[in-house]
Amino acid sequence: MATVTEAEAPPLAPRPAPKPPKKRGRLVPYWLLLPGLLWLVVFFALPMIYQASTSVQTGSLEEGYKVTWHFATYWDSLAEYWPQFLRSVSYAAAATVLCLLLGYPLAYLIAFRAGRWRNLIMILVIAPFFTSFLIRTLAWKTILADSGPVVHTLNTLGVLDVTDWLGWTAGDRVLATPLAVVCGLTYNFLPFMILPLYTSLERIDGRLHEAAGDLYARPWTTFRKVTFPLSMPGVVSGTLLTFIPAAGDYVNAELLGSTDTRMIGNVIQTQFLRILDYPTAAALSFILMAAILLMVTVYIRRSGTEDLV
Amino acid sequence: MEQYEPERLSPVQLAAMRRSLRSGRASLTRRSLLRASAGGALAVGGLGALTGCGIPAAGRTQGGTSAQDHSATEKTLNFSNWTEYIDLDDSGKHHPTLETFHKRTGISVKYTEDINDNNEFFAKIKPQLAAGQDTGRDLIVLTDWLAARVIRLGWVQKLDPSNLPHAYTNLSPQFRNPDWDPGRAYSYPWQGIPTIVAYNKKALDGIEVKSVSDLLDNPKLKGRVSFLSEMRDTMGMTLLDMGKDPAKFTDDDFDAAIARLQKAVDKGQIRRFTGNDYTSDLTKGDIAACVAWAGDIVQLKNDSPDVDFVIPDSGYMTSTDNLLVPNKARHKTNAERLIDFYYEPQQAAELAAYINYATPVEGVKPYLAKIDQDAANNPLIVPDKAMQARSHSFRALSQKEETAYEEKFAKLTGA
Repeated sequence: MATVTEAEAPPLAPRPAPKPPKKRGRLVPYWLLLPGLLWLVVFFALPMIYQASTSVQTGSLEEGYKVTWHFATYWDSLAEYWPQFLRSVSYAAAATVLCLLLGYPLAYLIAFRAGRWRNLIMILVIAPFFTSFLIRTLAWKTILADSGPVVHTLNTLGVLDVTDWLGWTAGDRVLATPLAVVCGLTYNFLPFMILPLYTSLERIDGRLHEAAGDLYARPWTTFRKVTFPLSMPGVVSGTLLTFIPAAGDYVNAELLGSTDTRMIGNVIQTQFLRILDYPTAAALSFILMAAILLMVTVYIRRSGTEDLV
Repeated sequence: MEQYEPERLSPVQLAAMRRSLRSGRASLTRRSLLRASAGGALAVGGLGALTGCGIPAAGRTQGGTSAQDHSATEKTLNFSNWTEYIDLDDSGKHHPTLETFHKRTGISVKYTEDINDNNEFFAKIKPQLAAGQDTGRDLIVLTDWLAARVIRLGWVQKLDPSNLPHAYTNLSPQFRNPDWDPGRAYSYPWQGIPTIVAYNKKALDGIEVKSVSDLLDNPKLKGRVSFLSEMRDTMGMTLLDMGKDPAKFTDDDFDAAIARLQKAVDKGQIRRFTGNDYTSDLTKGDIAACVAWAGDIVQLKNDSPDVDFVIPDSGYMTSTDNLLVPNKARHKTNAERLIDFYYEPQQAAELAAYINYATPVEGVKPYLAKIDQDAANNPLIVPDKAMQARSHSFRALSQKEETAYEEKFAKLTGA
């Protein structure tokens, strides 16, 4: 109510400017923002502050933890666990590229060629979400079982000899190797790639393709000059939605990987739950966050698109 | 505006001011000073907030450990246990032993299966227990090392022996005096968990596996061997294999065992360090042999004839899952009555027949034989004297040791 009185109070100095709109109306957007802001404060800002504080504390479970501004935790943990950081980034990047290669044609098909099958294919893309993430990942243990048909076929074709030479697999198995982890990541995050790609492809006006054809562009040129540039927002948001969670994922590495495929998410989990070294776990989380933020910023700048989807 | 009062300005403001004097580009404008002040205020506020949230020492709970015991008036009991760790009738809805308990005592048990992992459960109950609050649970089940930790931290209540006559009489001698709870002042075992070596006959295809050394050294098993991600079980079995006693090893012994495992990891011998998920790998044959928990293997053997186990000559590890009453629990006496109830051989037999772990209760065999003859003769469920003699347990660790060992073990397992 204070706002109303304030609005009706006589101005201090007479001004020629037109009367501003009623304050009450101007405040509405802020009221609408309130739930979201509260949510952000409670579930994002406060935990962040808490974790930031944890990362510069020292102590132990029995003596308690005190803020001692021990920033060395950051350098120490980075020096100790950079291989896992590097691994997380490269696995996530590999999974993102694979997702794009698999997802783009599929999204293209759904958007332009699927016709009456469109809804069915969309449901098939989303259907895996109906079961738990864990169950879906565990299913890959059966698919990639050592004596299963997939691994048998790959062995017969000699594919595993090549991947073994590359260091992606070990011996004649796929499970408990980097390849299995990347496969799991790709599979689990594929829908995050397809959905934004589909929305941005679907928005493209079909007449643009016709126009390109009228101007004697071959299908490939049309794709290169018209379709792909117009789908860039989808590509960018798809890659982000895939890369960011994949870089922090630990379930795939835990279930499908081995000792030499542990990602930074596994390290954080171990530090937090098993070793109870909360400062290191918090510092690692912040380094991960900063690294992802940096990479994402550079990527968005480079790709020259500001609006995502 | 305050023109020249440097002592009243924050470092950030001062820096802005100095910059302004030096170069034209960043000359002091109202805006930059304001921005600096805002930044300074934010930084100061932020620092304050950060300093504010240390974690208090997790020592003895302030204000006493026990809440008022409401057992006499409230005939209920909140019992948190691991999943699939109690008898279940054919309909899958009722726990017969708990119903017997209810009939006899009038206490209705609210049974919750909300423990899946010691570390996760510890993280879950830590905030309340550290703050000296009721967790809403009267009885929890924790594995030895975590039970030792919560006792060390003073987060659980001393049990009243007068409520535990059966438990006192029938507790198997091998579990009577763990070094972390001598005389069982705070805890009683729910079940024993033998750690043994298991294998898949078909996958082994004639290769002989009799010891942990076979798992670590036989080149034919390369990449088809798994160990447990539970530090004490894997390290205990390895220490035993190296002729050391897990009940009194030194730092050097531990390091030597880590080095031995590390060698096997480096040459690709060990496929993974696993939780319970080794069971599916073992039945499929992806893992030919592994360090395993007996309870799992007894169950697997029922379903797949290829799975079998061996107890190494060097012995095997037994840990226990222990019943504990957390601080501020509202129904301590009820909890003690339930503990005592499960130490009656008849009830222990019902439980053992269903869940296939090692029973910590003496005199179960004749009762179990009436329900399930095979189970009664299975030394993994009812350990005989010879079995008990080969069983070992991991010594209690100080907090320093625990951290150091877990760190070394985490390195071994990849992170």
